[in-house]
Amino acid sequence: MTATKSDASIETGGKAAAEAIHIENLHKSFGNLHVLKGVSLSARDGEVVAIIGGSGSGKSTLLRCINCLENPSSGLIRVNGEEIRLKPDGHGGSVPADRRQIERIRSRLGMVFQSFNLWSHMTLLENVIEVPIHVLGVGRDEAVAVAEKLLERVGLADKRNVYPAFMSGGQQQRGAIARALAIQPRVMLFDEPTSALDPELVGEVLKVIADLAQEGRTMVLVTHEMKFARRVATHVVYLYNGLVEEEGPPEQIFGAPKSERLKQFLRNIH
Amino acid sequence: MSALVVNVTTRQRVLGWLQPHRIVLIAIALAIVVCAAVFMRWDWIPNYAWLAVQGIWRTIWLLVVSVVLGFMLAVPLGLVQVTGPIWLAVPARTFCTIIRGTPLLLQLWLLYFGLGALFPQFPWIRESFLWPYLRQAWPYGVLALTLSYAGYEGEVMRGAFAGVPRGQLEAARAFGMSRWKILRRVWLPQATYRALPTLAGETVLQLKATPLVATITMVDIFSVSSRVRQETFIVYEPLLLLALVYMTITAILVFLFRKLEARIPARPG
Repeated sequence: MTATKSDASIETGGKAAAEAIHIENLHKSFGNLHVLKGVSLSARDGEVVAIIGGSGSGKSTLLRCINCLENPSSGLIRVNGEEIRLKPDGHGGSVPADRRQIERIRSRLGMVFQSFNLWSHMTLLENVIEVPIHVLGVGRDEAVAVAEKLLERVGLADKRNVYPAFMSGGQQQRGAIARALAIQPRVMLFDEPTSALDPELVGEVLKVIADLAQEGRTMVLVTHEMKFARRVATHVVYLYNGLVEEEGPPEQIFGAPKSERLKQFLRNIH
Repeated sequence: MSALVVNVTTRQRVLGWLQPHRIVLIAIALAIVVCAAVFMRWDWIPNYAWLAVQGIWRTIWLLVVSVVLGFMLAVPLGLVQVTGPIWLAVPARTFCTIIRGTPLLLQLWLLYFGLGALFPQFPWIRESFLWPYLRQAWPYGVLALTLSYAGYEGEVMRGAFAGVPRGQLEAARAFGMSRWKILRRVWLPQATYRALPTLAGETVLQLKATPLVATITMVDIFSVSSRVRQETFIVYEPLLLLALVYMTITAILVFLFRKLEARIPARPG
């Protein structure tokens, strides 16, 4: 419902939704390896941006640059209109200039990893309330109440006192999504959320993500699930060799691709 | 499974546990105890009981203090070797190497006879409020045992810190935790849990290193047994009791560490 509403507001252009993520001319090198060669990307409030591309195209690196898990070599990143201040690191790259600023920005970006990364020494509930209590300063009772609702929502209410090691991959990933939602993120970042899952567990995780897209959450999603991207994304970006090769609405990207490389990529995937 | 356990009565459980080989072993143990009680001399015990209690207390106190302080030192020693700047990592590495490369007895004597002889030469030390303590033996014993534990455990913690999966720390970073908070909430707890089995063994070894302080005039439980021998010429009985005391403390230590480890259930299978 909400998704359609925000779509409408973007399309009618009466009052464009604010830009949640804005990336301009982003470069990233690992030593001599030039991974991102000047990528620009933007995600407005309520948009679901899917980043697709072959292995080594730089799509994960691009996502991880948004919250500076990888420090960009150069370029501009704005999150909710706030530019991440960078300074040279002395080795030709750059690092966040203000630690506090980047920590504050990160605490409003809900990251979901390929390998879940739930903290293994905490129960599921403790995982979900950890950041609200210890980073955002929410009271324990409130954090637990929110966490219980979220766990119910991702179908893990009965697992609240279970340690991650005792949960299946799909359960862990749904728990990791609950952990990310608990910080009330402005944007959700998904880094290949189903790539480490057994095939029969992929569906339960995609369903949770699709629900989030439905309710109009802003999301940036790196994925190999093309059918899923086509269904939930409002905007698709195809990366090739560190550059945006083609981007547009999913119908165009998957239905009528222009670039020869994208056509080839889609042929190989299916 | 659990229903089965509930249905077994206490009587059945005891009978199930009492199997022939266990009965034989218990009988042998009882016979040894009875023989020891009947054929050996224990009449000296009342005279030394109070001294022994004080000695046991001192041994336990020495162990606990040196383990706690030593671990608090081991954490930064291990951490800077994994993540610290080189001007901290190299001294930490050097410290651990020296401590692990020399006998504890040597360290103890260097501190007690070395520092102990050096300090009185400085009038300002003799006039300071610390002097009444520095004249005694126990600060040197505590210091030597603490540094030793820190040296060994610094190395253990280095491995434990390095062994925490990257993704665990990355998740903490991605959610905006500061470096200090990552250490306190994720890195240190996980490293400590990883190191617990090793720490348990090292702590038992530390217990058995404590008798060395008897060589610098500290009266721990070990030196009480020496004193009994010197004064009564009874050799074996105090040593047997001494073995019993150390085994009991070891059993308690092992039990406590098991409890700690069990706080986080291990991955099944």
